[in-house]
Amino acid sequence: MSAALKSMPFDIAKIREDFPILERQVHGKKLVFLDSAASAQKPRAVIDAMVHAMEAQYANVHRGLHYMSEKTSDAYEAVRDKVASFLNAASREEIVFTRNATEAINLVAYSYGRSALRPGDAVVISEMEHHANLVPWQILRDQHGVELRVAKITDAGELDFASLEEQFADGKVKLLAVTHMSNVLGSYTPAERLASFAHERGAKILLDGAQAVVHRRIDVQAIDADFYVFSGHKLYGPTGIGVLYAKAELLEAMPPFLAGGDMIASVSFAKSSWAKPPARFEAGTPAIIETIGLGAAIDYVQAIGFDAIAEHERFLTDHALAVLSEIEGLNILGRAQDRGGVISFTMSHAHAHDIATLLDRQGIAVRAGHHCAEPLMGRLGVSSTARASFGLYTLPEEIDALGAGLNRIKQIFGA
Amino acid sequence: MTDIAELYQALIMDRSRKPRFAGRLEVFDAEATGDNPMCGDRIHLFLQRDGAKVLHESRGCAIMTASADLMAEAVANKSPKEIQSLHEAFEDMLKTGKPDPALGDLNALSGVSEYRSRIRCATLPWSALAEALKEEQQKNG
Repeated sequence: MSAALKSMPFDIAKIREDFPILERQVHGKKLVFLDSAASAQKPRAVIDAMVHAMEAQYANVHRGLHYMSEKTSDAYEAVRDKVASFLNAASREEIVFTRNATEAINLVAYSYGRSALRPGDAVVISEMEHHANLVPWQILRDQHGVELRVAKITDAGELDFASLEEQFADGKVKLLAVTHMSNVLGSYTPAERLASFAHERGAKILLDGAQAVVHRRIDVQAIDADFYVFSGHKLYGPTGIGVLYAKAELLEAMPPFLAGGDMIASVSFAKSSWAKPPARFEAGTPAIIETIGLGAAIDYVQAIGFDAIAEHERFLTDHALAVLSEIEGLNILGRAQDRGGVISFTMSHAHAHDIATLLDRQGIAVRAGHHCAEPLMGRLGVSSTARASFGLYTLPEEIDALGAGLNRIKQIFGA
Repeated sequence: MTDIAELYQALIMDRSRKPRFAGRLEVFDAEATGDNPMCGDRIHLFLQRDGAKVLHESRGCAIMTASADLMAEAVANKSPKEIQSLHEAFEDMLKTGKPDPALGDLNALSGVSEYRSRIRCATLPWSALAEALKEEQQKNG
């Protein structure tokens, strides 16, 4: 075991044993998975919890008067408590289950956007948003007459507060919707400062936590977030389950997003009335198995602890920045002070797609493209980047393998 | 690592680094752009004489740029009908991975058949050319 491994804040060999997929080979090579920011791999505990739910304890929730339905409802609702405590929400009623972070943002744009915002009000996003936190607001703009404004980022890849100040100057801004961690640059945004900035100017704040929630302990009360969204699948949980946290008084006032069973108080052909939150926002049979899987993922991550996770990630990120900086002709995008284990880069002679294909043949999985952030690519003056991202199970040796792979590509593509 | 060499063989590397048919025509009969929304790759084609002379401006990966350049060379002095049959043979070759004598240097791209996500890189220039020829035909017809 190398010196680097010994300095890991947890027993990484044991962690890696928890993820069955890491034993797989790709093109005859050991899988080096550096694409966790797109979707993370799943530990055995999550897989087992989902299988157990289907094998031993399954029925629809909130409906049946029978044993299996009650048991399943208990397991499903227990995850709501778990998520509430995971985010330190003031109450479990502030947790709405959605399909993913994207759907959670859409829920806010449709329901809150069309009821609390008036034509002429403005929504501010930033230049480094994922399409998920851009397109729903464009649709709101086009259909509801709110203005959509874009705050700049600095060349280092941090939110530019001077630009934010300008966007807010005329007092029309009612919502600030920004990422908590860029999926391209790895930059964190200062959530607490942004929340007080928005609140001082009479606006609410929505934070897209799809990336941040994986790497840091999130305390929505300490941040004073109005809305906070994340997806289960990046947090080592299954796909198909996401979370919207919203302050209780906001949810109380919001109309339904989707309509159907489970979200009503009473229904007649003439009129229906809505259930209280969070049920009001969970129409139809929910993703029961996936929600139970998310609960197992949260247990898994919390058992390791965010202090250890953050330390491991800091170590990997520093190591990766050092390894990549030594490759001539490689350009790392963004140099935010506060950054996490997501690193985008370009190479002077090789296009991102060629990089990804050539790395894949060496068993190394990275992402290449615009990362669902086309406007940010324009801001950075590139059409696409390659991106390496790290998870709990990432080894420093895997980053060394990335460095070696990139050096090989440099040889093939060298000027 | 032989498989890497198979995909990025010398002709592809050469044509992506030093394309022979890059640039824009000052006078042209038709032009077309092709975009790959997956990766932001973009090609701009300029045509004279129904595609018998083609130049390209490519912003993209080695596969796309080399494919565009080899295409421009292959279609030189060909009729629209001949270009169409080359296009069909090229797409077939990418599906099967089997080189086709009729395709000449274009066979350098046969290795792409094994990389499903990259086939679009190789076909983007051809789709743009087909579109430009179709528009020309409508204009003249």
